[in-house]
Amino acid sequence: MIEVKNVYKSFENTDVLKDINVVFEQGKTNLIIGQSGSGKTVLLKSIVGLHDVNKGEIIFGDTVFNRLNFGLKKEMRKKMGMLFQGSALFDSSTVEENVMFPLDMFTDMSYSDKRERANECLKRVNIINANNLYPSEISGGMQKRVAIARAIALNPKYLFCDEPNSGLDPKTSIVIDNLIKEITIEYNMTTIINTHDMNSVMEIGDKVIFIYKGEKWWEGTKDDIFNTNNNELNGFIFASKLSQKIKELGAKK
Amino acid sequence: MLLQVFYLVYLWLNFLDMGLFYHIGKYFLLLKRVFAKPEKLNVYYKETLKEIQKLGINSMGIVAIISVFMGAVITIQTAYNTENPLLPTYLIGLGARDSILLEFSSTIVALILAGKIGSNIASEIGTMRVTEQIDALEIMGVNSASYLILPKIVASVIFAPFLTLLSMLIGITGGWLAGVLAGVVTTENYVYGIQYAFNPFYITYSLIKIVVFAFLITTISAYHGYNSYGGSLEVGKSSTKAVVHSSIFILLFNLILTQLLLS
Repeated sequence: MIEVKNVYKSFENTDVLKDINVVFEQGKTNLIIGQSGSGKTVLLKSIVGLHDVNKGEIIFGDTVFNRLNFGLKKEMRKKMGMLFQGSALFDSSTVEENVMFPLDMFTDMSYSDKRERANECLKRVNIINANNLYPSEISGGMQKRVAIARAIALNPKYLFCDEPNSGLDPKTSIVIDNLIKEITIEYNMTTIINTHDMNSVMEIGDKVIFIYKGEKWWEGTKDDIFNTNNNELNGFIFASKLSQKIKELGAKK
Repeated sequence: MLLQVFYLVYLWLNFLDMGLFYHIGKYFLLLKRVFAKPEKLNVYYKETLKEIQKLGINSMGIVAIISVFMGAVITIQTAYNTENPLLPTYLIGLGARDSILLEFSSTIVALILAGKIGSNIASEIGTMRVTEQIDALEIMGVNSASYLILPKIVASVIFAPFLTLLSMLIGITGGWLAGVLAGVVTTENYVYGIQYAFNPFYITYSLIKIVVFAFLITTISAYHGYNSYGGSLEVGKSSTKAVVHSSIFILLFNLILTQLLLS
């Protein structure tokens, strides 16, 4: 479980996050949604400690993460995996070397054991026969799956995904979403996903938090989301003509 | 006079206001992280070997080409300036040797390396920054500054003296070739000249300089790369800054070290 308590974050004179309070539950896929520039990525990066918050607490289990010193934060981070918007795979390493990297750094496993674990993770994300390819030689969807494999190599307790579907076609997006959902259940992780993809919300949104202009505007499940009277949230969900059409069709029925 | 002093003070204050102290402070904070205890020594060892290949061995070609031409030009220029029949021709060899050992094989090679490996380091680390690869390392609990920069520093500090020695050897050989082919000096006189009044400290002095220069090139370039934010445009700017700042600091430290070691 991860708890965000009264978090404020600003850059120079711009307030980006204002009094955010939310609990992300273990074994569930927690989605943060909102428009571009609403503060989703800043919130996610603040949770993982890439940004220092101005005020408030980020609590992982019983530990106030943002109060830890550099060394303890480093230890804590070994329990985290993160999938970045652009995958962030190491360009100069092959697919297999990318997945083996956390094992190289933090375990004393033998080379064959590390390879076995890396292949296990790659198999789990359905990457086969691509071990010796470089990230530039594989598709965007494959890169995301390799990044997931790297993120789960050390059996993390927490998984963070920043816009995992950006740049992917709808079909591949669903594959990635379902993979994240399955892995979350399998590893009993606390997963937080930043997205503005409504398909993701409907596929895997166990818990959904809507961020609007740096504030938490709404919280609920994917089933609650279409019945809300929150104008800003409705404006966000039904922004496209297609979704408006679907809403009208739903209303006619 | 007083007005000029005030103007100079004003210019200096403007220079400081541009964030000189901010960058110096940030540079040393980065170095503090770079020299923190490595997570896994054998991973760093492997990375260092890769960097020796990338930054050192791959620079041998350019150093060799520059050195041979540098030696040749110095020899011909020295011959041109010692046309007086009262001056013995072995002075051509002596002049070429001293120029190559004292200045060219360390400072000029360092300036060339600032262009080659400085831009390489800044663009590599800068690209890793803007594509979130550095964030990925941090999230994994890796000290990204140490993991990315320390192997580069070790590799360049270890290998740069070999490049300087190579440059000295090739430069002097280039000088001999040019001198003999142009007919300005005989092999005998040239060899006598390069052996005449030889002071081995010149080599030590040159090696001390190149070690300092290698450290400056690597750390300044890494600093600019590590602090790149934005996109490809910023990476390009960081790369340029890395080369310019490394070159300026090479020249500054050349003066300081020469004053310290030779005066």
